Amino acid sequence: MRLLRKTDILLIAILAVIPVCMLAFNMLSAMNHTETKLVIVKDGEIYGTYRLTEDRIIEIGATNTCEIRDGEVKMTHADCPDQICVHSVPINRYGGTIVCLPNRIILSIEGAEDTKDTDTPDAVAR
Amino acid sequence: MNVMKRPPYRGGTTTKTAYLGLFMALAILMGYVEAIIPIQMPMPGMKLGLPNLVIASILYLYSWKEAVIISSLRVIVIGFLFGNMFSIAYGLPGAVISLLVMAILKRTDIFGIVGVSAAGGTAHNMAQTAVAFFIVKGFPVVWYLPVLMIAGLIAGTLIGLADALIIPRINPLTHLK
Repeated sequence: MRLLRKTDILLIAILAVIPVCMLAFNMLSAMNHTETKLVIVKDGEIYGTYRLTEDRIIEIGATNTCEIRDGEVKMTHADCPDQICVHSVPINRYGGTIVCLPNRIILSIEGAEDTKDTDTPDAVAR
Repeated sequence: MNVMKRPPYRGGTTTKTAYLGLFMALAILMGYVEAIIPIQMPMPGMKLGLPNLVIASILYLYSWKEAVIISSLRVIVIGFLFGNMFSIAYGLPGAVISLLVMAILKRTDIFGIVGVSAAGGTAHNMAQTAVAFFIVKGFPVVWYLPVLMIAGLIAGTLIGLADALIIPRINPLTHLK
């Protein structure tokens, strides 16, 4: 029996090209965003947006706590059993996300150009 | 010819039951081995999927029916023993969909076990991303999907390569092309 057929290599190559293209597209769009902010989404609704420049600790409901320090965001506490979000790598640039699946909380860093342009009070941490 | 497509005769029902029980135990053991690996992956869903060594073997030694049953059962058992309810909720759709993809690809007879397993690993993580998308509103699919697809592809390829070496040795009767 042959270990590897030619069609296998072809299939693996095709399956590799698709996500690599998606990643390249994401990287390109990330380069257009230099100003960033932290957006916390809980149960599908925006819980709050925060500047990355000031250090602070944010309690998200009763279940999770996250911390902004030196422009990096990490989840410091979660009451779920798997603790995957707490062990996630801290995020600091556009597109970075930490997800707590059990508590349905998403921390993500998004572009902040909109708030900068319109200069709304929304840019101030709530 | 249709007869040639059928898996080779491997004893009666009792033998089959005994062997499938053995495979089941092996899959659970693989789940345990994976649970005690201390390396923390940067993203949820990124893992080697060692139990799939056994599941893909069953797919080739028996048929997709046996593989689906054993695969679903091991996700539940491993979830209760070493995981939690969430690992079952996310693992079960991934396991079933990846097996169906593998069964279909195997049936076309275009790809070998490495290609089938690689596609299965990718499909597994795509299914899990889909579950997350439906459960968590606003889940950042565009960032998670490509990374998890690559992770699944690598894991599936490695599992397939290992199985290509394992299957002929554990059952010399199996005719793999």
